[in-house]
Amino acid sequence: MAEQVPDWRPTATLEALRQRAELLARLRRYFAGQEVLEVETPLLSAAGIPDPHIPSFITMPGPDGETSRYLNTSPEFAMKRLLAAGVGPIFQVCKAFRRGEQGRYHNPEFTLLEWYRPGFDHLRLMDEVDVLVRQLAEGFRPLGCSERLSYRSCFQQYLEIDPLNADVSALKSCARAQGLGEVAGLSDADKDTWLDLLMGHCIQPHLGKKGPTFVYDYPASQAALARIRPGEPPVAERFELFIDGIELANGFHELQDAHEQRARFEADLVRRQVEKLEPVALDERLLKALEAGLPACAGVALGLDRLQLMLTGRVRIQDTLAFSYECG
Amino acid sequence: MANYATNEFKNGLKVMVDNDPCSMIDVDMVKPGKGQAFTRVKLRNLISGRVVERTYKSGESLPGADVMDTDMQYLYNDSEFWYFMHPETFEQVAADAAAVGDQYKWLKEQDMCEVTTWNDRPIAVTTPNFVELRIVETDPGLKGDTAQGGIKPATLETGAVVRVPLFIETDELIKVDTRNGEYVGRVKS
Repeated sequence: MAEQVPDWRPTATLEALRQRAELLARLRRYFAGQEVLEVETPLLSAAGIPDPHIPSFITMPGPDGETSRYLNTSPEFAMKRLLAAGVGPIFQVCKAFRRGEQGRYHNPEFTLLEWYRPGFDHLRLMDEVDVLVRQLAEGFRPLGCSERLSYRSCFQQYLEIDPLNADVSALKSCARAQGLGEVAGLSDADKDTWLDLLMGHCIQPHLGKKGPTFVYDYPASQAALARIRPGEPPVAERFELFIDGIELANGFHELQDAHEQRARFEADLVRRQVEKLEPVALDERLLKALEAGLPACAGVALGLDRLQLMLTGRVRIQDTLAFSYECG
Repeated sequence: MANYATNEFKNGLKVMVDNDPCSMIDVDMVKPGKGQAFTRVKLRNLISGRVVERTYKSGESLPGADVMDTDMQYLYNDSEFWYFMHPETFEQVAADAAAVGDQYKWLKEQDMCEVTTWNDRPIAVTTPNFVELRIVETDPGLKGDTAQGGIKPATLETGAVVRVPLFIETDELIKVDTRNGEYVGRVKS
């Protein structure tokens, strides 16, 4: 077989590169107008994220005792350390790295816009995401009216099931009724996996068809770094943004409690052990910063590659990247 | 056969699903920013030709299917089987009508084509994208029609009927696109 000639040319068109530059210029203008400070934090860090669903790239240890480092999967921990130091509202545009995430809407190396607003809760931050996305969309594509749906009402609307109170067997029969009966490797024990399956396959494709759709108040078991609001049942003050069935952003009313944060990290480490994943060095500096005091704030990460994809009517995330992972 | 994990899934990978060999025709990742990753695959069943969609939790694997594509020479057909020969080993295989499908229309004795076997049994035959076949019957061409761009049916030596321009005549050799059955051009001899 003839050896393939490596292709040196860009993955994105030159027009897509110019669109990217325009989006970056606009968002910087927006944040400058709001007096939100642009910051940069390390891409290589000593500590990782224990979430078993977010696999990191890790560098090789070097000579002279140089230890291996994690490539950041999001700038969240470092930005929270800045917030605890009293920096005020901040934003960052940076690369994030997630091993194995590859597909039409995934590139293992991608660009995040992440920002934090002291004094905001997740609902108020949703308003700002909506404003910014509309400013970025101007001239690229019209966006219909925004819609807000709680996680619970999405499931009720599209699957007629209450995701917060349903048990695994109810979720399972719901999946079967949706033609997802035969998913290999799903254990009965893990309710969140069944919720993710139904959300990803049966609900998400419908979200954001008319205009930006915000889904908020997630199950407490999917809080990640969001605070949990007590109630019957309690919910995580977390939101996601969808346009045309694609997830574009994830935000939290941020958890401030250092003890609770450590307990969640440790629960993640246990899950890693169960799933036979390598242990991860916890970010003790983040935990110290939370102990010192994180201001009440909300934060959000928005995938810039995907946003460009949706706003400019391209097909694959690779169409927005100068060089996709395969050509990097 | 080896097992393939979800991160090895890609278009064209041949795997066993429901005891039939299948070829992946679309692979995509369904993964929330926070939460479980799934791989959604469209598979073409290589026996029935039907397309099914399946979802796998990341990290799961599927057994590979011992499916091979081999270039072989078409020999003849005896009304039940179509016989093909490996050009180097001279080994012969017999493919039934289900395996040959509608490709029979483009099979000319001595021509090369791709035979797909599963556990050494032929399950599909793929003719080249372009074949050259002789016309055995078509209405006579009319002088002066060349500029008009009209078309007429023509029967080829394999029995296939294709639409050709009016100026093409019986006994001429033409090139046909087997993917859509369309006339491509006249082969100058």
